[in-house]
Amino acid sequence: MSIIKVNKLTKIFGADTKRAVKLLNEGWSKDRIFRETKLTVGVNQASFEIEQGQIFVIMGLSGSGKSTLVRLLNRLIEPTSGEVLYNGKDILKMNAEQLRQFRRKSMGMVFQKFALFPHRTIIQNVEYGLEVQGIAKAERHEMAMKTLELVGLKSWANSYPAALSGGMQQRVGLARGLANDPEILLMDEAFSALDPLIRKDMQDELLELQLKMKKTIIFITHDLDEALRIGDQIALMKDGQIVQIGSPDEILMNPANEYVERFVEDVDLSKVLTASHIMRKPETLSIDRGPRVALQIMRDRGVSNLYIVDKGMKLIGVIAAEDAIQAVREGNSLESIVLHDIPKVSPDTLLNDLFELMGGTRLPVAVVTDDGRLKGILIKGAVLAALAGSMIPEAGEQQ
Amino acid sequence: MNIPKIPVGDWIETLEAWLQLHFGFFFDFVKTVIGGIVSGLEFILREPPALIIIVIITALVWWLAKWRLGVFALIGLLFIVNLGYWDPAMQTLALVLTAALISILLGVPIGILSANYKTVRKIITPILDFMQTMPAFVYLLPAITFFSVGVVPGVISSIIFAIPPTIRLTILGIKQVPEELVEAADAFGSTSAQKLFKLQLPMALPTIMAGINQTIMLSLSMVVIASMIGAQGIGTVVFAAVTQTKTGVGFEGGLVIVILAILLDRVTQNLIKKKSN
Repeated sequence: MSIIKVNKLTKIFGADTKRAVKLLNEGWSKDRIFRETKLTVGVNQASFEIEQGQIFVIMGLSGSGKSTLVRLLNRLIEPTSGEVLYNGKDILKMNAEQLRQFRRKSMGMVFQKFALFPHRTIIQNVEYGLEVQGIAKAERHEMAMKTLELVGLKSWANSYPAALSGGMQQRVGLARGLANDPEILLMDEAFSALDPLIRKDMQDELLELQLKMKKTIIFITHDLDEALRIGDQIALMKDGQIVQIGSPDEILMNPANEYVERFVEDVDLSKVLTASHIMRKPETLSIDRGPRVALQIMRDRGVSNLYIVDKGMKLIGVIAAEDAIQAVREGNSLESIVLHDIPKVSPDTLLNDLFELMGGTRLPVAVVTDDGRLKGILIKGAVLAALAGSMIPEAGEQQ
Repeated sequence: MNIPKIPVGDWIETLEAWLQLHFGFFFDFVKTVIGGIVSGLEFILREPPALIIIVIITALVWWLAKWRLGVFALIGLLFIVNLGYWDPAMQTLALVLTAALISILLGVPIGILSANYKTVRKIITPILDFMQTMPAFVYLLPAITFFSVGVVPGVISSIIFAIPPTIRLTILGIKQVPEELVEAADAFGSTSAQKLFKLQLPMALPTIMAGINQTIMLSLSMVVIASMIGAQGIGTVVFAAVTQTKTGVGFEGGLVIVILAILLDRVTQNLIKKKSN
């Protein structure tokens, strides 16, 4: 079961919000409602589900309503209509005390500009969420210290936020969000204020932490690269509406509409696509066959190389046509002409990391799993085509 | 134009009489409390020999601020004794401290309420404007009606005149707390009280202290006016000098007020710095 289920969640800013909800239901656009009623639609009937342990990215440009949407989830902004089910319980129906307990125990939050309390030391900042719960000083200190250690800032416990760099401050922000061990972590543009190198470090660190913690993370960003890097699921927002929800692959490969397409257009594909996206099906031959069979297959398929595998599809090497002809002539076995030293990469290798390897070899690059099984091959033409973004070839399609 | 005059004055006097009739017990209570605080402070300041008080104040200033201000306190206070105005100076100090204390006790909570509730703020703001611009002499009269002459109406009118900065700067200080920090406090499930004491007040403190400093200075500036309705102190000296055109005496009294003002101002300002470090 999904941990969070959001149903037609809507936020209208203005006086007569009920009227706007009615108009939305009648299918009026955000612009038309603003023109005729002066009411602003912040979030327009957003619906989605988040699985336990997922990183769910909500992405959109500024003004798309993503920051509003995340604040509706813990009611920092009071929603106008809809429901937010947390383990089946509607957060919008909670009274003030239930909501407070929910915020204290179940949902942490990390803010764009860190929002650390400047008059409190680092450890006091991390302790805050525990302190308001009324946990005894010694106990909360210990818990906070543990979390601070997790983000590698234990030695800074007694400094004040002003003494820390931006990246360090946001680690404190992260530690504060995690200190009360919530099931859900809301991250509102948490890395957007950091410079690019630090941002990438933080993304890596978050992913690493996530391996250990398995939190459900709702991550807001305007940066598609970031969304693609860390998201398990991505929801794209425009004008307060969710226009597409899908895995990073789905968003890239099948943009739901022109808006998503334009968004995806500018992505640096070399940092997103991996070897498994662009590899093709190799022509393979089992090692126990002879050179004549190899030649025949090469002739049939019109290729000049064959990949030699064992029964378990484990890659042994490659043979070239001219070697096979010579082997037939001299009566040598297939084994004697196999080239073992061929370029290999894992399926997760980013395109960006392939260029050098591809430039230095005449042979296609073999895509091999960790246990040695051949998954596909990479040819230069397919890499270029993928970078051009014009076509993403299906695995197995021949040139 | 022959529109009859609107009898605002009559209304005010009717209101005054009505209040006195029905809330007499309340005014008596206020009078007792304020009178008690002032005489308590006066007792503490005037009963021991002047030298002991001077040493204590000097030490306090030295500790709170820096040594140079301590030296200034010592010389300044000895100078007051030398001029022969020690007793009235201490009476004035008692009046000013009482007015400041009550202003803080009332002003800070009013400021907090106004900062957090828009409705309260909408009611309070025009009242503050009224209090700050209405000439002080005008509300001396009802003060006498309700509290008769003496030090109590002096304290009351000082409070009316001096409390606005504390309220205004408390509002400002709390509203200046960045929205993101308030959101963070909310997101972690703070109650309103936790948010107030753990976030808003600590962050607003320097600004609130600046308001308190202004309140003290303003109530000091009221002492001459307060002396007109019988509040004893250095204001009496100055007021008498003015009515008898004795320039020298007037100047002496004025100097005493200036010395007290500088001391109070520097001490509260250093408190602000100490707190924000």
